[in-house]
Amino acid sequence: MLNLVRETVVSYAFIERNFNLVKRYLSWEILFFSYSIVNALTIGLIMVGRGSSEDVLYLVIGALIWGFLSVMMREVSDAITWERWEGTIEYTFMAPIYRITHLVGSCLFAILYGLLRTGLVLAIMPLFFGEHIDLGSANWLTMAVTVLISSLSFIGIGLMAAIFPLLSPEKGQAATGIIQSFLLLVSGIYYEIDVLPEWVQPISKISPATYTLKSIREAMLHNASIESQMSNLLLLFIIGVLLIPFGFWVFHLGEKYAKRVGRLKRSG
Amino acid sequence: MKEQNVENPIYGLAVREVTKHFHRTKRTNNKPPLHQKIRQIFKREKEVIRAVDDISLEVNIGEIYGILGANGSGKSTLIRLISTLLIPDAGSISVFGDDVVTDSLKVRRVMNRVSVEASFFKRLSSAENLIYAARLYGISAPEAERKSKQILERLGFDPNRMNEEMEHLSRGMQQKVAIARALLTTPMLLLLDEPTTGLDPKSKRDVQAFIEEIRQERNAVIVLTTHDMAEAERLCDKIAIIDGGRFIAEGTVEELIASTPSQNGAPATLEDVFIALTGKEIGEEE
Repeated sequence: MLNLVRETVVSYAFIERNFNLVKRYLSWEILFFSYSIVNALTIGLIMVGRGSSEDVLYLVIGALIWGFLSVMMREVSDAITWERWEGTIEYTFMAPIYRITHLVGSCLFAILYGLLRTGLVLAIMPLFFGEHIDLGSANWLTMAVTVLISSLSFIGIGLMAAIFPLLSPEKGQAATGIIQSFLLLVSGIYYEIDVLPEWVQPISKISPATYTLKSIREAMLHNASIESQMSNLLLLFIIGVLLIPFGFWVFHLGEKYAKRVGRLKRSG
Repeated sequence: MKEQNVENPIYGLAVREVTKHFHRTKRTNNKPPLHQKIRQIFKREKEVIRAVDDISLEVNIGEIYGILGANGSGKSTLIRLISTLLIPDAGSISVFGDDVVTDSLKVRRVMNRVSVEASFFKRLSSAENLIYAARLYGISAPEAERKSKQILERLGFDPNRMNEEMEHLSRGMQQKVAIARALLTTPMLLLLDEPTTGLDPKSKRDVQAFIEEIRQERNAVIVLTTHDMAEAERLCDKIAIIDGGRFIAEGTVEELIASTPSQNGAPATLEDVFIALTGKEIGEEE
């Protein structure tokens, strides 16, 4: 019990450190935030005047949720990239903490940061879309539960992606980008997965983003309750519960390899 | 920490026949013909770098153990092996009786390191960096601030500059913050990997005086790698000379000097010993 309390307190170190970094790089944050807003707007505006308010919201939800999930996944992997660039990774790896504490701290920050950024973008959307978006029939509770449950899967994917920057900061960032674009393609972010070639569709069915989008769209467009989305949510939960330990295991293997061949040394 | 056994005494640090080799893609200066280039894409020739080769050492509690060597001689690899950042290919390392591979968490609790590169989040202040580092060792923010101020003041660092971003501090000041980061956790094993390299004479003296203070105040084990002969002579109880990943001599300063014939009637210096044994100057790259 004492260990659990200690490890929780220690994991706060990563949350505090990352928010301190956000403060210090505020101009970059404003830049990325502006990019997220413009991205969501341009995608939503494609449908204004061409489709119904539901069609506009369909695309906006895709842009927002993809923004949240990709930020979260990227933050987990960036936590390692950043430490590799600064050379602090050796000190973090030398600290008397379990790797799970280190990674859970980074994941908690990623969730909080992703929620904060997406919440701000969401709050700004009505200023631009006005009557073109109708959130009157949205079920916010179902949306929130779906976001939380799907976070588990994306943390798992983030943990796996984090081994790339552990082994090579430059190539690692590119590899994380490839995973993100692949998920963007197969998960029905801006379209239904049935429009994908038949051979791609089975891959869509194992992507957690597919189920996340499906449930959130049902909640925001058709006031779907948690009960009605139970099968999707359960599936997302199972994928998350499997992906997190798998992600830790993959990271552990990556760390062992890095220590064997000497990849933790400062670079850049 | 394990209990002492008379037959198998527990050292603060014991390194036994440790070896670490790296494999690096072979690079040649001459341009190979096309068919060879294509073959190299699929089958890259590797060369073996013997970074640490069959090294053994023992350091008692309260001792400062110096490792003298040229650049690339294996000093930092040995420090990384002790600090659990590398896994040895062969041999074993124990810290107060605990193995660095199998009991790494226990070892990390009692150890800290200062390396030649200060390695901080450059846009964070020294206070933010130190609080982050302290939290990883279970030390609260107020406690970390109090201890950091004490250590930094003793090192001649103005505590009023603790809220400045690290990138605005000089190399010497950054190195002092690095020393504070290591000492905040009150380590029983302190690994100092060229802590004074690149520092101005005043900062160098401050750091050396502080190392002496720590030796007097605590019963810690200190391993110091350095290029600086005077520093090694001033601080170390025992010195090993490393060359090509191997220890080629070990002893007290007096023992090492006595092992080398005097130069033109004048007694040999530690530098003469180093040159006589390695055939190179201390700053030379391997």
